[in-house]
Amino acid sequence: MQEELKAIQEEALATLEQINDMKELQALKVAYLGKKGSLTQVLRGMGKLSPEERPVVGEIVNQVREAITKAIDEKSDLLEKAALEEKLKEESIDVTLPGRPVKVGGPHLLTKVIEEIEDLFIGMGYEVREGPEVETDYFNFEALNLPKNHPARDMQDSFYITNELLLRTHTSPVQARTMREYKGEKGFKMICPGKVYRRDTDDATHSHQFTQIEGLYVDKDVKMSDLKGVLNIFAKKMFGEDRNIRLRPSFFPFTEPSVEMDISCKVCHGEGCSVCKGTGWIEILGAGMVHPNVLEMGGYDPKVYSGFAFGMGPERIAMLKYGVSDIRQFYLNDNRFLKQFHQA
Amino acid sequence: MLVSLNWLKDYVDIDGITPEELAEKVTKSGIEVDSVEYVAEKSTNVVIGYVESCEKHPNADKLNLCQVDVGEEKLQIICGAPNVRQGQKVAVAKPGAVLPGNFKIKKAKLRGVESNGMICSLQELGFDEKHIPKEYAEGIYVFPEDTPVGESVASYLNSNDAILEFDLTPNRADCLNMLGVAYEVGALLDKPVSLPSEKVKTISEKASDYISIKVEDEKLNPYYGAFIIKDVEIKPSPLWMQNYLLAAGVRPINNVVDITNYVLMEYGQPLHAFDYDKLNSKEIVVRPAKQAEKIVTLDDVERTLTSENLVITNGKEPIALAGVMGGANTEVSSETKTILLEAAYFDSISIRKTVKATGLRSEASTRYEKGIDPNRVKHAGLRACHLLEAYAGGKVLEGVVEADVLDRSEKVVEMDTATINNRLGTDIASDEIAKILERLQFNFEQQGEHFKVFAPTRRGDITIFEDMLEEVARIFGYDNLPYTLPTGTAQAGGLTKRQHLRRAVKNYLEGVGLSETRTYSLTSESLINKLISPEIESLNPEPISLAMPMSEDHKFLRLSILPELLKTVSYNLARNQSNIAYYELGSIFITEEKELTKQPNEQLRLSGVLSGKWLEHLWQQENKKVDFYVVKGIVEGLFDHLELELSIQQAQLPDMHPGRTAGLLVDGESIGFIGQLHPALEKELDLKETYVFDINLEKVLEVHRYEPTYTAIPRYPSITRDIAFILDDQINAGDVQATIEEVGAPLVKQVHIFDLYKGENLPKGKKSVAYSLLYQDPERTLVDEEVEESYQKVIAAVNEKFKSYLRS
Ligand SMILES: [Zn+2]
Repeated sequence: MQEELKAIQEEALATLEQINDMKELQALKVAYLGKKGSLTQVLRGMGKLSPEERPVVGEIVNQVREAITKAIDEKSDLLEKAALEEKLKEESIDVTLPGRPVKVGGPHLLTKVIEEIEDLFIGMGYEVREGPEVETDYFNFEALNLPKNHPARDMQDSFYITNELLLRTHTSPVQARTMREYKGEKGFKMICPGKVYRRDTDDATHSHQFTQIEGLYVDKDVKMSDLKGVLNIFAKKMFGEDRNIRLRPSFFPFTEPSVEMDISCKVCHGEGCSVCKGTGWIEILGAGMVHPNVLEMGGYDPKVYSGFAFGMGPERIAMLKYGVSDIRQFYLNDNRFLKQFHQA
Repeated sequence: MLVSLNWLKDYVDIDGITPEELAEKVTKSGIEVDSVEYVAEKSTNVVIGYVESCEKHPNADKLNLCQVDVGEEKLQIICGAPNVRQGQKVAVAKPGAVLPGNFKIKKAKLRGVESNGMICSLQELGFDEKHIPKEYAEGIYVFPEDTPVGESVASYLNSNDAILEFDLTPNRADCLNMLGVAYEVGALLDKPVSLPSEKVKTISEKASDYISIKVEDEKLNPYYGAFIIKDVEIKPSPLWMQNYLLAAGVRPINNVVDITNYVLMEYGQPLHAFDYDKLNSKEIVVRPAKQAEKIVTLDDVERTLTSENLVITNGKEPIALAGVMGGANTEVSSETKTILLEAAYFDSISIRKTVKATGLRSEASTRYEKGIDPNRVKHAGLRACHLLEAYAGGKVLEGVVEADVLDRSEKVVEMDTATINNRLGTDIASDEIAKILERLQFNFEQQGEHFKVFAPTRRGDITIFEDMLEEVARIFGYDNLPYTLPTGTAQAGGLTKRQHLRRAVKNYLEGVGLSETRTYSLTSESLINKLISPEIESLNPEPISLAMPMSEDHKFLRLSILPELLKTVSYNLARNQSNIAYYELGSIFITEEKELTKQPNEQLRLSGVLSGKWLEHLWQQENKKVDFYVVKGIVEGLFDHLELELSIQQAQLPDMHPGRTAGLLVDGESIGFIGQLHPALEKELDLKETYVFDINLEKVLEVHRYEPTYTAIPRYPSITRDIAFILDDQINAGDVQATIEEVGAPLVKQVHIFDLYKGENLPKGKKSVAYSLLYQDPERTLVDEEVEESYQKVIAAVNEKFKSYLRS
């Protein structure tokens, strides 16, 4: 009987060697270890053995069973692993195919510039104000020290609707409106972005509609050197730490003294080149100390309060900063133009 | 204003500074210099020669053989110019001369005859076209007879001159003349200004015997002065004067006219010379024109006047349009012997009205319009008399006949060092301020820190302290101001809730794939009434049009963002950009008034347009086109994002697809619409299938109340049950959903549609809609029996209400 068991074990292990798939393995398991399996058959024959022999043979049977079971398990692991490998191989994909597209839009370039400027001034304690695009002659001109018949009204040909109402030619009326709101009682800082309109024929450098950002700071003891300091921060943050500013005297009816601010040319750093037309400087914005008449009309006592104001064109800034060469691009909304500026 | 630097040197010393350096200095001090131009390029060894003889070249018809005296020698020169003659004074480039373009003059033989130099035209000397007198545009230039032979031509031709173009701001009319420029440059360079001579040797005859002056409206004409000059000889003005006038952009005519123009450019004071003998009277009367009165002006145009125009008359008829242009009837001609020279001060507004009405704008009227110096009027007259004596042989009669109520007082501005420094943020000493005032040549009285400044009348722009502050600052130098930061009231700053919310809306839309656009607020008549949202339409808005539009395309203020937005879509389609997903945020302008008397309501709206493929470049599945549900999903998502209840209902709107349009409602109030454009409109605007949305964002921002608060995450499990109903086609899936939600409450927490099926296996006119129901109780675990009970209730209610049955 012991030989019989030995033979079964050898036969089983030999057969196992040949097996290559799970089904055969299962069949082999049944054939040897199952209820009708060869090993079971041997066990059934144990009844014929003497009581002394039984434990000895039982021991051997167990050894044989364990050996076969272990071999089968090992084979099973092996087959499973092979099967998994096969499966993974089948599942492999071409990672160079493109990912599933995600739709992402983005802001208009002007909005991007405006929000950048808004955030910059918010950081310096400014609030953001808005005002109507259809303005009264009073707020658009008179409250800004531009009485009727003032020669400087020629400077900005306007779209009138009636004698008293027009499309605002600048965001400056918001200055006057904000001062009235604060009733001449306390200092404040504000900027105000918005659309403005002028009677210009649309071409590469003119647009009958464009945007402006106006800034105003009114308080006791506001100094012109404060204006210079604030504009310097603005220029460096907006255009780069290596840029310098230069103020030149200028004229605006609503400020006195008035200044024009230039920044040093990005290309030549002040040496003079074709970009800056040889001057080394590029004109960026107009500013000045709020004219006492404007303060007074806004309800602020010019003997107690002073202030500075500045106004800039996001189109011009965008053109300089991003190299846009035609102002009409901002309003054509060519899909290819818009998408150029969607990246973060 | 064109500033000739050679001319400027007559009044202020600018030696040792290049034209470019001066331009930079002037620019930095407040007057932008647009350009620096040289009258001619450099040439060397060109002198004035006298043509002693001029004969035909023996071997060439078109050439002349000239013997030219150039001072220390005589040169034989062959000249091809058609206008060369014996007896002329000409520009001669001697052998060894270098002309512009590095053109070297050498001895040569022309057709067998020796030529030792070249007689030059102004072009050959490198003159710009505009600085060449018309008569010498072709051929050589001929100098006046008295020009000395052998001298370098440069000083006679002004060819070494540089011209700066000043771009003056409206306040700096004082620099519209050479003296004003001299004061400005003198202040910048800290150099004194020397004034021109006004010396006149008058004869004993009295001007008052020749003329009397009467001014009807002293407000419009506070000063009128008349000088009488006899025995004038009309001839060309001296060369230097012609050169200066050319440099200033004024065409030389004859000595009398040139002198008035010269003084105009020099003093900024317009002058006018009448031919006294053509006056036909001994009086000048200045009065408003009579209605429909006529005058023929110097340009030979007959002009019909109104009472708004001021005229100079001889007591009967107009002889000049005051401050604008003289009359042809008293024009100075070559026969003129006696002239009446007018030096007057006219009110700027009156002149502006005449200029507007006649369209005549001259160097004179421009200066009157911008305001002239009251203290220079008479001086300019005297200066002209001085020049007429010198260059027209004139004899000036004694006295100026005037009507004079002109205010010549200087504005007094008080200031003190402390306030100046406080406003500028500087630490300028009182002495330094005094020095600045001296440089500006302003009169002032100083008591320690206190200054009383008498602003010169040439500087009409200086009237208040702030004007003086600017003067001090700009001479001190804006570059020298320190950089400081405000130290006043602290303010938090930041965006308002509304501005934050607007940015959130934009971020959402961009996040789901839309690009922001900016279109024009002004639209055309054909588009103004298109695609107006129903709640706006119900207000019966009147389109607002511009009084004077520049084009038909931009005439009306928009009542909807969509029409102009759609134009951008067709613009893109025409450029093969067919996949469009745009949105725009902006105002529309609403009024019910036919004639606008108050500002319109500016309502913030959010509009969008989608067309073409929603997702591009898909390789795994079909490229999905934009459809109604894409747009609806975006809008629903937005309201979800804002935590606002939105209701969407089928609607019929003009210009919209009748079966693919829905109204948007918040709190039962219409706030916009979504849907597909009507195919007819799509065709009209050259569009393909196009979907839009339009929302009253003003209202959305107004009703927005969302304040997020924490809700406990449910601890008990939820149960999901699905149902598929077979429904009649025309039943709205949303109505069924509403019933499910209503009947299923409170256990049914969420319902959503997960399948829609029509076609095979279903009777015609039927559809299957599958809903997924989520049951949940935050307080406990649900038991199957109660879910089943609710589920059956829902089925029964839907079947009852919609005559539906379950799909098996
Ligand atoms: Zn440069």
